[in-house]
Amino acid sequence: MVRYCFAVAFLALGAGGLFGVIQALHRTGIYRGFIANQDYYTILTGHGVLLVLVFTTFFIAGLFLWAVTDSLDTPVASEWTTKLWFRLMLLGTLLAGTAILGGLTDLVPVSADVLFTFYAPLAAHPIFYIGAALIIVGSWVAGINYFRTFFSWRQDNADARIPLRTFMVLVTMLMWFIATMGVAVEVVFFLIPWSLGLISQVDPLLTRTLFWFFGHPVVYFWLMPAYLVWYTILPKLAGGRLFSDGLARIVFVLFLLLSTPVGFHHQYVDPGIPEGFKFVAMTNTMFLLLPSLLTAFTVVASIEHGARQRGGTGLLGWLKALPWDNPAFSASALAGLMFAAGGFSGMINAGMNINYLVHNTLWVPGHFHLTVGTAAALTFMGISYWLVPQVTGRPLGLRSWASAQPFVWFIGMVLMSNAMHRAGLAGVPRRTAVPQYEGFEYVSAYGSYAEMRIQIALGGVLLFVSLLMFLAVMWDTYMNPKGGRLTVNSELPAALSGPEASPKVLDNLWLWAGIAVLLVVLAYGLPLASLVGDGLFDPGSAPVPAWLAGLLG
Amino acid sequence: MEIHRFEKAWLGFALLLIVGLIATITYGAVGPGVAMISDSGGTIDSSALGEHEQFSDPGVRQVGENEYDVYVVAQQFIFRPGTNEPITLPADSTVTFHVASADVIHGFSITGTNVNTMAIPGQVSKITVEFDDPQTYGLVCHEYCGAAHHEMAGTIEVVPQSEFSIEGTDSGVADLTDEDADADGGEN
Repeated sequence: MVRYCFAVAFLALGAGGLFGVIQALHRTGIYRGFIANQDYYTILTGHGVLLVLVFTTFFIAGLFLWAVTDSLDTPVASEWTTKLWFRLMLLGTLLAGTAILGGLTDLVPVSADVLFTFYAPLAAHPIFYIGAALIIVGSWVAGINYFRTFFSWRQDNADARIPLRTFMVLVTMLMWFIATMGVAVEVVFFLIPWSLGLISQVDPLLTRTLFWFFGHPVVYFWLMPAYLVWYTILPKLAGGRLFSDGLARIVFVLFLLLSTPVGFHHQYVDPGIPEGFKFVAMTNTMFLLLPSLLTAFTVVASIEHGARQRGGTGLLGWLKALPWDNPAFSASALAGLMFAAGGFSGMINAGMNINYLVHNTLWVPGHFHLTVGTAAALTFMGISYWLVPQVTGRPLGLRSWASAQPFVWFIGMVLMSNAMHRAGLAGVPRRTAVPQYEGFEYVSAYGSYAEMRIQIALGGVLLFVSLLMFLAVMWDTYMNPKGGRLTVNSELPAALSGPEASPKVLDNLWLWAGIAVLLVVLAYGLPLASLVGDGLFDPGSAPVPAWLAGLLG
Repeated sequence: MEIHRFEKAWLGFALLLIVGLIATITYGAVGPGVAMISDSGGTIDSSALGEHEQFSDPGVRQVGENEYDVYVVAQQFIFRPGTNEPITLPADSTVTFHVASADVIHGFSITGTNVNTMAIPGQVSKITVEFDDPQTYGLVCHEYCGAAHHEMAGTIEVVPQSEFSIEGTDSGVADLTDEDADADGGEN
């Protein structure tokens, strides 16, 4: 099943990446022959949904299945449930994908040009919302199955500490259950009946708020699995072991507590939300930096320990002793490095007053291509080089391509992301097909707009090349005969400071989940009450189909 | 649980950074007075802007000496006013924009400045800005609003006070007296 999950994830990655390079060339004006301007938004929707929803969810579901069964050393609780969640997620992907691709052709009367941020009142075909809901419901079933596997292990190991990888999976899934409540309510109670015509109008601000209730924590659903890799596998690849097991657990608990009550920081410039609620979200967001800053320390310390075990010396000389030719290591390490840069631009986004300057500009995609597009995606690719041979029993193919791939990604992302950040500061908006408006020009503090556009296009092409290299390696691996020397092993060394040194209360998942829910109620109770106070559907808006508006407009 | 002394130092540094960031933002709010867009604009029936007292005839109104209100309707795929005719304002003035959407979610961003708000159906965005020197600004919708989203832009022209006359704009209240202006300002 891990293999099937990865296969779907890689297919989504390929299609989403193709959409990405088309966008990069189109919006920078290098080549606009692939699509018409109005189809840009269909491609953009496909890029967003396939990469941040389908690729990540399938990859994470597979990675977690491996992490739980491997670290508990038990089979999964219910094979039947495993098949169920896989099929639910696959069906959801097919429905949503059909709705999106329908926007490119007149042959089918469906479309979903609503972007990944599917705000009402722009409306998609109902099957888009139903598909998105099924993907999320499938991920819930997967989460329940991980928990059931853990409970059956617990019966035989009543007093043992939860193995670190399983702990991380369970905490991440608890966070996910809480965070997806917002989007589940939005889609099931509002958008699906509204798109089917069962209710005539929805409150755009209320549904938008429910979306962002989920819309920020979802990034931690992508990052926490990357952290799982950085904490438990990366130190071993570097030649050493994790620095502190206890601190890793604290970091994950902090994510569970703080991930959800922060969504209003995406709505700093929204009318209709009092300043006070925005301020509360801002302080929560800033404290959410803490687990990432702690991670930076622990992961770097663990890598340094590994490098010194391999004979590295000196203040920075140890860096040379790291296995940079091992793609699983180099991808994860480079991803971590870029995440540091992404973290800093994130701190800027989180500041209410500076947010005025960068909100909805190209700065924002510049930021999340570092976090989700590199920290998570490049780590997932890198760890596939390590994990896929293990779960398939086939040796890694095209090794030299694999070794080069993370560096190509890194260079491509440096070019694209830094130019996007700078263009954002000049005021260039995001989510637009042709950002050349009549009558005025963007003034940049440094460098020219033309040069930034070339950097974005070149970066986008390099990223696509790197993606093709990755897919070729995976294809070759899946085609390799079984057996032979795998050159990887799944043994993970124990942490330098093990779980026995940390307080047992860290393993009390129900306690942390309870506090997390309480914090969410505190942060969201009043704002949601005031939004609902003027009527659940008021002030309301009827659906506006994006494609129809385009034709009439 | 054992926490290494480097870990403790790092933890302290991280907390200091976080508290410092929150402090700078708090300072921005109470010192220079950077106000957030809030719910002060109130709610509105987006499907009936044509019957609204101000948004039925959007444009520039003078509400005091060097103080102006600007009502803007954002709709697929124009700003009214802004796209077909520029929003003209005098230099050295304090301007309060009231932005309402007639259909879907739009953005209202004056490029090269920090004037930036969403226009969400059902809500009125209210943002106050000071314009100093004469200059022409670009106005951009930065939220995807449909198939011709990339066409939705406008212009704001800040002209010297001597060249500004409210008659030149399609405000409908060109002969505003001072008393009317105060009354109008008081309602907001």
